[in-house]
Amino acid sequence: MNVLATVPGWVALTIGALVLAGALLVCIGSVGLLRLDSFYRRVHAPTLGTTLGMYLVLVGTIVFFWAGEGRPALHVILIGVCVTVTTPISLMLLARAALERDRREGAAGIPAANPPETGADGGE
Amino acid sequence: MTSLSVTALSMTSDLATAAILASQFLLLLGMGMAIVRMVRGPRAQDRVLALDALSIDGMLLLLTIGIRTGSILYVEAGLIIAVLGFAATAAFAKFLLRGEVIE
Repeated sequence: MNVLATVPGWVALTIGALVLAGALLVCIGSVGLLRLDSFYRRVHAPTLGTTLGMYLVLVGTIVFFWAGEGRPALHVILIGVCVTVTTPISLMLLARAALERDRREGAAGIPAANPPETGADGGE
Repeated sequence: MTSLSVTALSMTSDLATAAILASQFLLLLGMGMAIVRMVRGPRAQDRVLALDALSIDGMLLLLTIGIRTGSILYVEAGLIIAVLGFAATAAFAKFLLRGEVIE
């Protein structure tokens, strides 16, 4: 039995369009993750899926459970809040770790450490 | 008249189901590309980044499975994966930076 037949037709079409658009964005982000040529470029690509792609899928899920069960599944929003808050933190940690590793190895094309870093908190 | 509207209803729901199936295929494709990056990835940070993308893709795939089966329980599983994905990426980044997770 088709679950999507339990909601009105235009609602089902809206859900399908939202989820398909979100999945397409996630897929494009993964293509970027696969094809871009340095780590600092690759770190940008999956965020296409963690922002708009994820929001579209979450809105589709909320609309589906709202139309199907009559009450909005608001803990879906919790996923959105969690991922929106945590993704910049984890990716910034990861980019800083990569930068530190590249500096330690003396890789080419890596900017030097910030000059005010030693003067500002040194207090001498 | 009634049979016509029933046919139209099943057509739109079939179309919506096809859209959900197509988006599941796209998410699986994205997971496959993240796995390729994880296997190939020249350095450790590329593999951690691929793991992060993989957890997000898997979480969204669980949500689409929840839509297809009509079960809200998949949303809870997605919430757990979202939180654990952050913890894993943060711990890996700390490990890459310092060589140990808890100093």
